[in-house]
Amino acid sequence: MAELNTPAAGVPVLDAATLAKDFPLLSREIHGRPITYLDSAASSQRPTAVLDAMREYDETTHANVHRGVYTIAEEATRRFEAARTSVGRFIGAPDPGREVVFTKNATEALNLVAHTWGRTHLGQGDVVVLTEMEHHANIVPWHMLAAEVGIVLRWIPIDDTGRLVLDDLDGILDGAKLLGLTCMSNVLGTLNPVADLAEAAHRAGAVVLADACQSVPHLPTDVTELGVDFLAFSAHKMLGPTGIGVLWGREELLAEMPPFLGGGEMILDVRKDGFTPNDIPWRFEAGTPPITEAIGLGAAVDYLEAVGMDAVRAHEIALTAYALEALDARFGDGIRIFGPAEPEARGGVLSFALGDVHPHDISQILDEYGVCVRAGHHCAKPLMRRLGVNATARASFALYNDEHDVDTLVVALDAARKFFA
Amino acid sequence: MPGLEDLYREIILDHYRSPRNRGELESPPAVRVEGFNPLCGDEIVVTLDVVDGVVADIKIAGTGCSISQSSASLMSAAVKGKSVEEARALIATFKGMMSIHEATLPSGAGTGDGAASEAPEPQAIDIDALGELAALQGVVKFPVRIKCATLSWNTLAQCLDESAAV
Repeated sequence: MAELNTPAAGVPVLDAATLAKDFPLLSREIHGRPITYLDSAASSQRPTAVLDAMREYDETTHANVHRGVYTIAEEATRRFEAARTSVGRFIGAPDPGREVVFTKNATEALNLVAHTWGRTHLGQGDVVVLTEMEHHANIVPWHMLAAEVGIVLRWIPIDDTGRLVLDDLDGILDGAKLLGLTCMSNVLGTLNPVADLAEAAHRAGAVVLADACQSVPHLPTDVTELGVDFLAFSAHKMLGPTGIGVLWGREELLAEMPPFLGGGEMILDVRKDGFTPNDIPWRFEAGTPPITEAIGLGAAVDYLEAVGMDAVRAHEIALTAYALEALDARFGDGIRIFGPAEPEARGGVLSFALGDVHPHDISQILDEYGVCVRAGHHCAKPLMRRLGVNATARASFALYNDEHDVDTLVVALDAARKFFA
Repeated sequence: MPGLEDLYREIILDHYRSPRNRGELESPPAVRVEGFNPLCGDEIVVTLDVVDGVVADIKIAGTGCSISQSSASLMSAAVKGKSVEEARALIATFKGMMSIHEATLPSGAGTGDGAASEAPEPQAIDIDALGELAALQGVVKFPVRIKCATLSWNTLAQCLDESAAV
């Protein structure tokens, strides 16, 4: 299988084992064995560079932003806004300083769109189109809006290989006001043809909201190339801290949206008889923002850029190919791996069913081997129903995983299979 | 550190591989309640026939992990033929075993003094009264799995409530 590691000409390579040394947690032992962390789709680990940046900021610079005129307040504001610019540049935002909104997490970013854009543009009978592979975070806000104003949901189905069925795309999008779709499924790993879908949605007059939680950390992202109108993602899945997420929106859309939460920071003026909202992006950032976390996210972006997103993607394709082959070689028909069979068509997320062994039991045995995988419905119950399962076990990769991690997974899975045989 | 042998006792694996009282009773007359574990998507269906204050028959359906399935199977075997009062007492004892520290704390405690974070010896629970069910004791050492073990018991409690209301 060694030839799978041979990179295509011109694609930069990364050395996962060397990068792993940058992540303190990965040197931990679990039950006396080295940890094998395969749950980065839920939350990734943080490199020393991120942890140090946050600590250094806290120790030298912390003050509230956009407030004081004293030195550290000004420095804190500058560093906070520099993180915003850096995140925007990372995803190809045409105007990073105005189009990047910091939120609590990606879930809040998606809710922000449903709450502000949704409430001003959608009413009784208006159609929102989603895919069957959405995370609950891009489903429930629309259910809530349906209960509130009577929007109607339509669904793009998936086929048995975990790809969207696009035969009747124009029919499904006909008359739709918004298309919400994930760039990459957190269960199936499927990479969706976002640019094509965005083009079709725009032809139908719909705005496009993309959930990029799983794609931004693992492949190059350019919002202009994707052609979407909104893009949501989370820092803690891209080597950054928890507590901060990002909503990117096209400037002309953000500019005409009403505020989200009310409070400080989001206003220009407050009177007894009303208020004047602030300019974008601060209009959507009521209250003191997650400043230290923004510094950490900025450092995570710097780290990913230094490695190179092309290299990350090439590494994860090779690792996914290795894993698919290794699992097939050991378990054959005894394992059902959900999602596309071709490594290039998917990200490094492998959900599977191992015979009749319940995902909880798999995860429990794997823990004994120091292997961390997720077991459950992955906040995608409509997709679980479509797949005909209650839950799956899921192993997911990041730039610090290598073939050795996959080998350990296979050994531990074999033990789980034998234990419950 | 608790080992896997604490969790996956032989009795548990036996009930998982060969579940007792599997299926559904005709409802009505049986009382039928579905239980869900929203964390993992497991679901269980308990159907129960109470005749003259006695659990005349019980069946278990649904899907779940080895712990939830074996707990349900052990439960069905333990309550079948028992009076409703005995079944309720067993539920209380079993749930006590699954949340030992709460059961042994004096009422009104549970805030502040740190005792709740330790799991003391199960003095307040009569483990012997549980028979084979005591095999599930090890689950307490794996807190994430406690909900797996108690799912069927909570569903049974709901069944008994509903049959009492009929």
